[in-house]
Amino acid sequence: MSLASSTIAELRRHLLKKDITPTDILLDLQKSITQDHGTVGAYLSLDIESALKEAVNTDVTLPLGGIPLAIKDNINVIGQPCTCGSRFLNNSYTAPYDATCIQQLRSAGAIPFGRANMDEFAMGSSTENSALGVTRNPWDHDRIPGGSSGGSAAAVGGNLAIAALGSDTGGSIRQPAAFCSCVGLKPTYGRVSRYGLVAFASSLDQIGPLTKTVEDSAILLNYLCGKDKRDSTSLDASVPDFTTVLGKDIKGLKIGLPKEYFIDGIHAGIREKVDQAVRQLENLGAHIEEISLPHTDIAIATYYVLAPAEASANLSRFDGVRYGHRAENTSDVLDHYLTTRAEGFGPEVKRRILLGTYVLSSGYYDAYYVKAQKARTLIRKDFTDAFDNVDIILSPTTPAPPFKLGELRDDPLAMYLEDLCTIPANLAGLPALSLPCGFVSINGKDLPVGLQLIGKPLDEATLLKTAFAYEQSTTWHQRKPAH
Amino acid sequence: MAHTVLNIQHTAKLARLKLTESEATKFHAQLSKILDYMSTLDAHDFSGIEPTAHAMPVYDVWRNDEPHQDFTNQQALANAPKQNAGQFLISRVVDE
Repeated sequence: MSLASSTIAELRRHLLKKDITPTDILLDLQKSITQDHGTVGAYLSLDIESALKEAVNTDVTLPLGGIPLAIKDNINVIGQPCTCGSRFLNNSYTAPYDATCIQQLRSAGAIPFGRANMDEFAMGSSTENSALGVTRNPWDHDRIPGGSSGGSAAAVGGNLAIAALGSDTGGSIRQPAAFCSCVGLKPTYGRVSRYGLVAFASSLDQIGPLTKTVEDSAILLNYLCGKDKRDSTSLDASVPDFTTVLGKDIKGLKIGLPKEYFIDGIHAGIREKVDQAVRQLENLGAHIEEISLPHTDIAIATYYVLAPAEASANLSRFDGVRYGHRAENTSDVLDHYLTTRAEGFGPEVKRRILLGTYVLSSGYYDAYYVKAQKARTLIRKDFTDAFDNVDIILSPTTPAPPFKLGELRDDPLAMYLEDLCTIPANLAGLPALSLPCGFVSINGKDLPVGLQLIGKPLDEATLLKTAFAYEQSTTWHQRKPAH
Repeated sequence: MAHTVLNIQHTAKLARLKLTESEATKFHAQLSKILDYMSTLDAHDFSGIEPTAHAMPVYDVWRNDEPHQDFTNQQALANAPKQNAGQFLISRVVDE
């Protein structure tokens, strides 16, 4: 049995029966990663020695006892690097503390293992903006894995991790999950503490799991959620056991298909697979109806004002004083900042800092930033109104299959437009999940297709119940990429 | 909301980013195209609409003023690119 390709639930059963040990899992993962020879290239660094030490002392009777998790390289794990895919923090920062979610996962017995590649500071949709390495799609090595949590998704989809953590600001968990055929969940804004996540856009960022199955997603979510006094935006809401809804039927569940997400530009193969999934959900007892989210057409513009604005403020902390890169031989304090930041940040980060600074600058603040905040009000209201009549909103996760490495690198706007289906859930703070719903064949390669489900605030349970019912009626999650 | 003047070097200075001439040219072209796209926002009427800063209600959070153990001086300085006498070393900000 390949341990690296197993799920959390499977490994937990074997660990409890003492068929295997946590060390066996780590060694099998290490073997798979070595055999990859950096082709998929999901990881920026691995600390196998400290993980093996932890594995020996792990209490396997704990709920996640002995389960190694790949961690996106923007979440702090004590003693590990946290580069954010940036030259700014490469070889110049060691995390002095654990993020709250890492503390909680450790308390449940999980072992953080491996730092997953990502677009620099989570800005991107392809992981090509990483300054530190190339990650390829495990299903077609000529194509991108998605982003910004591309390393996390490629590791899980490519069987180089059991499961992983990512972060999602505009789709950065769901889009790479769709492209790598795994399950990616962005929880409700505030469900998971952001303490220890390097901030990109604070009103949009959420940490969430990337897993091989819906069951694993529910298992991990159980240990990610909760109020944290160190994150004032974390919600003081009760956390149910998300695994208890798995296997319950979805008869009578009302699913809305927003007509604005099913536009002509969607790839025909993706449209076909999503339509099949809709019919399958109908067969399982769900009621399907068309709905309208009338302000979808302004979501991308709204996001690309608000997220860079917040990023330009958040990234001002990278000043070359307390941590990270510092330019040598600068003439004065202004030159110190100008040169340090010019040397440390890559092009996409500079682009977004410039964009954010511009929309917040004197004379443009009302025309861009305040207008986008008002647009956010309307986008959020669209969802509130829609959820008066439906329980779940369904769409493709992406309008197109994963593109080729380099294909959109020099056209940032074209890249931004790919985020159409995922961005609105962030703007409205809603939980959303992507799961595999088939493959499209392009040039003889099968490329994964993702189905997105968006839920009511704090109703991750209904998302997981619906996703599980669909997943168990299909075999998409059982397919593995050829090596 | 046409961006009448995108002064890229002025914006870069506000953002504390030094740009080369070729970077400035490239970013100016790319950001102009992106800002043009932002005019899609003008398709809707926002009069009377309140701005949203957070999707969830966010309030000021107060904690009791109680001492607690946090980073030691050594831990806080562990990642400092330059330090002296137990403090972060910065560039001179006052004239001699």
